[in-house]
Amino acid sequence: MKLKEICHSRTGDKGDISNISLIPWDEADYPMLKEKVTAERVKEYFSEICKGAVTRYEVDGICALNFVMEQALGGGVLRSLVMDKHGKALSSALLEMEL
Amino acid sequence: MKKVRIGGGAGFAGDRVDPAVTLIEKGKLDYIIFECLAERTIGLARQEMLADPTKGYSRLLEYRLSQVLKPAKEHGVKIITNMGAVNPRAAVAKAMEIAREQGITGLKFAAVTGDDVFDTLDQHWEDPILEFPGKVGDWKDRIVSANAYVDASGIIEALKNGADVVITGRVSDPTLTLAPLCYEYGWTLENADQIGQCVLAGHLLECGGQVTGGYYADPGYKEVEDLDNLGFPLVEFDETGRFFLTKVEGTGGLVSVDTCKEQMLYEIHNPAAYLTPDCIADFSKVRFTQEGKDRVSAWGATSHGLPQTLKVNVCYRDSFITDCEISYGGCNALERARLAGDMFLKRLDRLGVEYTETRVDYIGYNSLYKDKLAAYLSDGRWGEVRLHVAVRTEDRANAVKVSNEGDSIYTNGPTGGGGATMRISEIISVFSYFVPRESVIQQVTYEVI
Repeated sequence: MKLKEICHSRTGDKGDISNISLIPWDEADYPMLKEKVTAERVKEYFSEICKGAVTRYEVDGICALNFVMEQALGGGVLRSLVMDKHGKALSSALLEMEL
Repeated sequence: MKKVRIGGGAGFAGDRVDPAVTLIEKGKLDYIIFECLAERTIGLARQEMLADPTKGYSRLLEYRLSQVLKPAKEHGVKIITNMGAVNPRAAVAKAMEIAREQGITGLKFAAVTGDDVFDTLDQHWEDPILEFPGKVGDWKDRIVSANAYVDASGIIEALKNGADVVITGRVSDPTLTLAPLCYEYGWTLENADQIGQCVLAGHLLECGGQVTGGYYADPGYKEVEDLDNLGFPLVEFDETGRFFLTKVEGTGGLVSVDTCKEQMLYEIHNPAAYLTPDCIADFSKVRFTQEGKDRVSAWGATSHGLPQTLKVNVCYRDSFITDCEISYGGCNALERARLAGDMFLKRLDRLGVEYTETRVDYIGYNSLYKDKLAAYLSDGRWGEVRLHVAVRTEDRANAVKVSNEGDSIYTNGPTGGGGATMRISEIISVFSYFVPRESVIQQVTYEVI
């Protein structure tokens, strides 16, 4: 099953850092996501795009994960040669990950 | 219990204007905010101000205010905006001119300044740059602007002195919302929970329609009604600091727990320590509850004191980027696009073009996710592919050489290329450093019509 079947997501940008939220539709799925979608997995998944560290924040209040990926926007949103300079489409890729 | 209602009238400089007019006319608002200042806009605005001292504010200020000033006056809604960019006083002068033309009287305008720290840059040449290795002084010949993200004190002073329209420069985005709430309720840092709730509300409002169903729809997964009539958000506070977020009845869009969750984490790193000039906000314990159709309550944000430093954004002349594109169709489209891309890079070297970075993408195949994820997501068939070559150069002369080469792909490249485009962009980038907060002093000036 792909994450898209049980989650939604949005990407934000600051400089060369991209953050991707992962929000389960059903909060009951949150513990399972915590267990299965680790920072290491996300770093490996985006290995061609994210050149720096990936930090995962667990946001227990709203039952969501927040992945902060360093060196992920081609040198920074204002100077990147990448077409999607903000990395807006990265959330759609994360949701294609197999659980 | 005292209620305060604030609308989010814009999420970026070029945002739609009609949803803001709807908010003013039907939202029973006390305030409307317009967040219109992107990081690099400051650099462009300062270049405009140097060329013409009456300019340097948001390019769309005139159009936006010409649409909203009159309804705001009629409905008693105060306006708070960062559309002043690097020249809030010139922005107020323009706003006065618009009011005069439209026959509006009885308005007090305030310009909040002091965020511009360009004149003190030379005290910081040895300071480290936050985003990449190096010192501020390494870029001294290329810097075009330096502005600190300032706190709510200037806006609060303006409201205390009776301003109806407050125009600022580089305040932090959530400050536009936090300031009127602190003014209305008298909250200070000692009200840690209320201050945290103010930042949360400001953060949810600052991108306009992104919390009311904009940037959310995904047919078959996430349905949103009437995006063409997307309603912009408003929050209603009470004196406990609890608020609910909603939109004007009859507008399109969606306000749900999930739209709020997505926007809460947008551009946030550590949700327990979101640094703003007004406080270190903590969203880690926030809870949203659906209270009705398109109506969500928020509770649980808090704050942990004041950062001792303010962030200064420096805009500098970085480089030039030339983007060239051309499309190929048919079952061998990707191979022809690859041939054209390889040829292009060889031509740059053959011509002796001086460049510092290149990137070749095949739009429709790998331009968003590069090769590994593209292969994972694709079934291996492309009916059409668009070549994109981006080249960074230090100057415009070399950029022009790149652009000319893009044009020549047509007749010199693979068969069947179509729709070639070339674009040269001068890149203004941003880096940051920190200054002691007491070194930045805000001023407020007023005009009355």
